Amino acid sequence: MLGRLTWAAIPFNEPLPLISMGVILIVILAVLALVTVKGWWPYLWREWITSVDHKRIGVMYVVLGLVMLLRGYSDAIMMRTQQAIAIGSAQGYLPPDHYDQIFSAHGTIMIFFVAMPLVIGLMNFAVPLQLGVRDVAFPVLNSVSFWLTATGALLINLSLVIGNFARTGWMGYPPLSELAFSPDVGVDYYLWSLQISGIGTLLTGINFVTTILKLRAPGMTYFRMPVFCWTALASSLLIVAAFPVLTATFMMLLLDRYLGMHFFTNDAGGNQMMYVNLFWAWGHPEVYILILPAFGIFSEVVATFSGKGLFSYRSMVWATLAICVLSFMVWLHHFFTMGAGADVNAFFGIMSSIIAVPTGVKVFNWLFTMFRGRIVFHTPMLFAVGFIITFVIGGLTGVLLAVPPVDFVVHNSAFLVAHFHNVIIGGVLFGILAGINYWFPKAFGFTLDERFGHASFWCWLIGFYLAFMPLYALGLMGMTRRLQHIPDPSWRPLLLVAEIGAIVIFCGVLCQIAQLYVSIRTREQRQDVTGDPWNGRTLEWSTSSPPPAYNYAVLPKVETIDAFWQMKRMGRAPVKPAYEAIEVPHNSPAGFITAFFATIMGFSLIWHIWWLAILNFLAAIIVVLIAGWSTEREHEISAAEVAQLERAPA
Amino acid sequence: MRHVAHAVILVGAALLLASCQGVLDPQGPIASAERLLLINSTAIMLVVVIPVIVATLAFAWWYRASNTHATRSPDESYEGRVEFVVWSIPALTVILLGGVIWLGSHQLDPRAPIPGKSDPLRVDVVALDWKWLFIYPDHGVATVNQLVIPAGTPVEFRLTSATVMNSFFVPQLGSQIYAMGGMITHLHLLADQPGEYPGFSANFSGDGFSGMRFVVKSVPAADFNAWVAQARGSGSGLDDASYAELAKPSQDVPAATYRSVEPKLFERILDQTAGHGNAASGGAWCPPVNQAGG
Repeated sequence: MLGRLTWAAIPFNEPLPLISMGVILIVILAVLALVTVKGWWPYLWREWITSVDHKRIGVMYVVLGLVMLLRGYSDAIMMRTQQAIAIGSAQGYLPPDHYDQIFSAHGTIMIFFVAMPLVIGLMNFAVPLQLGVRDVAFPVLNSVSFWLTATGALLINLSLVIGNFARTGWMGYPPLSELAFSPDVGVDYYLWSLQISGIGTLLTGINFVTTILKLRAPGMTYFRMPVFCWTALASSLLIVAAFPVLTATFMMLLLDRYLGMHFFTNDAGGNQMMYVNLFWAWGHPEVYILILPAFGIFSEVVATFSGKGLFSYRSMVWATLAICVLSFMVWLHHFFTMGAGADVNAFFGIMSSIIAVPTGVKVFNWLFTMFRGRIVFHTPMLFAVGFIITFVIGGLTGVLLAVPPVDFVVHNSAFLVAHFHNVIIGGVLFGILAGINYWFPKAFGFTLDERFGHASFWCWLIGFYLAFMPLYALGLMGMTRRLQHIPDPSWRPLLLVAEIGAIVIFCGVLCQIAQLYVSIRTREQRQDVTGDPWNGRTLEWSTSSPPPAYNYAVLPKVETIDAFWQMKRMGRAPVKPAYEAIEVPHNSPAGFITAFFATIMGFSLIWHIWWLAILNFLAAIIVVLIAGWSTEREHEISAAEVAQLERAPA
Repeated sequence: MRHVAHAVILVGAALLLASCQGVLDPQGPIASAERLLLINSTAIMLVVVIPVIVATLAFAWWYRASNTHATRSPDESYEGRVEFVVWSIPALTVILLGGVIWLGSHQLDPRAPIPGKSDPLRVDVVALDWKWLFIYPDHGVATVNQLVIPAGTPVEFRLTSATVMNSFFVPQLGSQIYAMGGMITHLHLLADQPGEYPGFSANFSGDGFSGMRFVVKSVPAADFNAWVAQARGSGSGLDDASYAELAKPSQDVPAATYRSVEPKLFERILDQTAGHGNAASGGAWCPPVNQAGG
């Protein structure tokens, strides 16, 4: 009846998971109780859970990503602490069984449930506004995407409480992830949470490719789009091309695990190299799915806060597209040590270093944008400068790893760990934090506190260098990654520095929480009444903060790049517009309900509760079909109502 | 700020420390060449990276809004000559590096034999849960978690795994390579001097991974023959039964030697027909042996 699920699935005998689980449950119950007592459910349901407004969905993605960042961070600090104390004869406080789950969960969560939701959240919020349109192409689908991502995040957190998580590393390489070596539910949690959220991500990709190709304000040709829209387009194209590869690969591994097939097993003709190739055929484009939108954010931020147009916009666009194409031709550099011949390794090494050309061009263009500008150091700009310096170091070590014989001695080492944290924290995360600080006033109508913003930047920057520069050295000293126990006591000082770095990063997180708290408390004084707090250049700053549900009462007419800058310069104030009726999509519970069934389906599949899985799969499909066939999708806001809304004070 | 300074000093000291172990302290020609390549590639890129970092800091400081001396040109957003230079600098750097990559990949191909006066020593390596088995096919002995080799003699490795994927790595001797079930990979290394060098698995392989370490003992050639003779005269033999016993998962396994090895044991591990005590070993049907790579 309940498949493999028994009381034994709950780790009553292990205090650490049990306590953390108890704390999490108490927090969740407290939040639910608060919401119930305050009577916020109708508001949440109406304005957020069933909302199909891209801005609301974007905000929910960002909230999901930030909450999961705390979870991923707690994994990180546990690992750092274990490595700082489990040296020589000391065994530390985490047995291998637990430690292995933690680093697997850390990687999986940080990539799929922190970086992805944050990037997609910012795309959701900003792209339609920047394009000067009223919504994405498929608003209800957008809500489905978000809630399926939330399902994946929920399932992965459920593995803390019921059963366990994978102990394979976040790549889940077979044969370790096959039934023979991982017989428990850990890998199934990993696979199903990523399969379900992966569908959400793929739908997002389709949605944004369609939106950017088909919905743009009148006059907004491709070469008048803001660079962030270009990078969002490139990123979405990569999602559409790459995520099906991941889904198919995981499906083969699932067939191995559930139906005894032999795609990647040691025996019966299975080939583990195939998994590794396919995984990275998705995995390398994934790196650019994350970093390209961050590049886009920096392009907006550097131009805005230098008071200058982005230097050489066209070559920025071509560089983005070049990276987009090249990212599919370099996957083998993740496993030069697999024993391919010199020709193959050399080819992929050279292709990988070629990516440094368009990336280098971008860095130079940001530099020349700052050159002879008037640079105002608001928090986003600090992150941008910190990013450029940090990212070129990460780029340098990345090209080193692309030289096959160098990779032979640093592959899988702490050096590699340092490299990808260097580009993901110094690149993707700094970009996201810059983006959050940049667009927050647009989303909520008031700016974020600058003092705490600056403090959080310095903590992140210094914390990053303290935490990861030692790992570069440790990698060269021969420390491989994923060690539960450190064999060499002489590594201790560096591991302690890394631990301190992780704590400094946590101070950065605390500063951000304080920043949010202080800003909300003082929101009356920091209100953004103009809609344009940074003297912005692109269209999103031309509407009010926060924008109305329909974004623009009258769609803007675009004649150049940096359209809003041009409008301000021409002194073309938004003249008395002739309002027209606007069609706005209805709220839809389809996303939430689909995800509800998908969650139960995923859980049942993990625990082999077949009947429940089938029922919920059918239910989820039916909900999607009903939503898809419904004809009553929009309501009209009449011209008079629009006029009234526009006149009302912000 | 003082803490930052302390940290910088600490990291600098650590880098100095790093230079006397691991990858930066090579003990053979492969590792030396790889360190040289590491240093050269870094130097080539620093030529661009350092000026970029300096320029970023300089521009950020000089063009700050409060600087009244700075020249501003807010409308300048394209300049063809600058653009040409902007594409040329990284392109030229990468062309140079591309040459380095092509030559380096071919010169340091793990399967390329190391030219030497003496014939290479052949060693077959099997990754097990969680220890390393080294078979000396020409001498009929085997060891666990201890690899004894003669200094100055090239060593020709064939590697496979009787369990999950592992990576065979001795940082001071150079190149690592994966060991994969049902597949064979090739590696050539050489230790210049007698000494003891740590080795380990560099690919996560499960709960016993951290303890999957071994020692490479490089000894003078004469001592090597004496060691072989000694190994032949002590310990037990490695046959199907004792291999099955050895293949069972175990952690932090101390070094051991086997006086004899059943012929063709490595080949049978490769095609998954040896030691059925292992949970993952194959069924009746034997797959074709895959040669890794092209």
